[in-house]
Amino acid sequence: MILMKDIYKTYGNGVTALNGINVEIEQGEFVYIVGPSGAGKSSFIKLMYREIKPTRGLLRINNRDISEIKEKEVPLLRRNIGVIFQDFRLLPKLSVYENVAFALEVIEESPRNIRKRVMDVLDLVGLKNKSRFFPNELSGGEQQRVSIARAIVNRPKIVIADEPTGNLDPDTSWEIMKVFEEINNSGTTIIMATHSKEIVNTIKKRVIAIEDGLIVRDEQRGDYGYES
Amino acid sequence: MKARTIKRHFREGFKNIARNGWMTVASVGAVTMTLLLVGAFLGLILNLNHMAEKIEDDVVVKVLIDLAANDEDVIALGKDLEKVSGVENVIFSSKDEELNSLIDSMGEGGEVWELYEQENPLNHAYIIKATDPHDTDRIATEVAKLNAVDSVSYGQEVAQNLFKFTDYARTVGIILIAGLVLTAIFLISNTIKLTIMARSTEIGIMKLVGATNSFIRGPFFIEGLLLGVLGSIIPMTVVLSAYKLIESSIGSMSSIGFVEILPFNPFAWQLSAIILVVGAGIGIWGSLMSVRKFLKV
Repeated sequence: MILMKDIYKTYGNGVTALNGINVEIEQGEFVYIVGPSGAGKSSFIKLMYREIKPTRGLLRINNRDISEIKEKEVPLLRRNIGVIFQDFRLLPKLSVYENVAFALEVIEESPRNIRKRVMDVLDLVGLKNKSRFFPNELSGGEQQRVSIARAIVNRPKIVIADEPTGNLDPDTSWEIMKVFEEINNSGTTIIMATHSKEIVNTIKKRVIAIEDGLIVRDEQRGDYGYES
Repeated sequence: MKARTIKRHFREGFKNIARNGWMTVASVGAVTMTLLLVGAFLGLILNLNHMAEKIEDDVVVKVLIDLAANDEDVIALGKDLEKVSGVENVIFSSKDEELNSLIDSMGEGGEVWELYEQENPLNHAYIIKATDPHDTDRIATEVAKLNAVDSVSYGQEVAQNLFKFTDYARTVGIILIAGLVLTAIFLISNTIKLTIMARSTEIGIMKLVGATNSFIRGPFFIEGLLLGVLGSIIPMTVVLSAYKLIESSIGSMSSIGFVEILPFNPFAWQLSAIILVVGAGIGIWGSLMSVRKFLKV
């Protein structure tokens, strides 16, 4: 599903973020990406939704070399990948419903499908009764649920989350993790960069540790392995 | 692109116009001010050009025929004149016609000349009109060499100064208008850039969920178009009403009766249409220029 072979990434300012990454992630896996700040986790994540291109190496998603695809094809790639950020990135002037529907509107889905799928996904994340609320009327956890709903409403095969619980209190973080597990149980691949020792050590999944741009550890049902 | 997508772009474009509040006012203000200037200059320059053409058209070469020339010489000269390159037409004016027009032009003082009606001392003449008034000088020189020509006159200095002035006015006008339009585009693209910068998160999210660049540009295109059209309403109204006023006041002033401006219909309407098209064009262009840099995510 995802294959990285000898991936290097050096930015324009000369900073090398990835130093020869080799990894393979199968469909339906749940993978934590861990490591100290500045280790290259964000670059690893950004490569997958083509916010950045590798300097060299092979990066294949669903059998397509995405470092080679044309700019025109990037939107199509992103429609198959849901992305979730620590800061939610919701549009403040749109309601919960509109924020989620937005992801379907931009791919020109029919209004009837939009209505049905948005309500289904809001039900899944437990926000069906708050569809008319605006982001500033929601708690942090609820806002993150909206952002998850937006990421999965397209039914992507891969969901990438960059520290999705970083801004949330522990109780809320557990609720969000439950949502991720549910999504994963439906067959979606989840790749999550996190600094949360409790989450990684409690909900045991595959752990890929990155340090200085290299994978230093890759364990099924691994531990966090750092002091948080 | 699907019809509902186009509908969405329009809806979003209109919404953005309303949502951006003061930024919209600023953009529309910039368009309005510039188009007012463009409209005023364009109106002025096109009218100056029209007047210059009118005056240029009045420049003719008068060929006085030698008093000793017989009828055959006169006819032969007429044919020779028609052969001179750049001559549009040649009109014969007998010495009696010349005297009559002289008497007419002198008004009351012309009575003195009526004494000469019995024994007319004037020459027969040919009046030549050039296809391009700028050729008048050359034509006059060539004609002066022909047989049976007594003298040639065309108000040499007046004509040459006039041509210099009209050429100068046209060049200055074109430069001024081009400068104004460029300034307008710069102002508008900067104002719109500010409104778009505030929406860079929105564009980023659109890109993230897989929107194509053309889909993202859609509402901005509509927004630019609307800003341009809104910005041209006041200039169009001002141009139409001011032109009507100027036309009627020039018409009522007999002292400047020789000033003939382009007629309100169709000129003022054409000028308004130009303002609308230029407004819409710079609105769209400014908007798309500003959104371009945010699409490289």
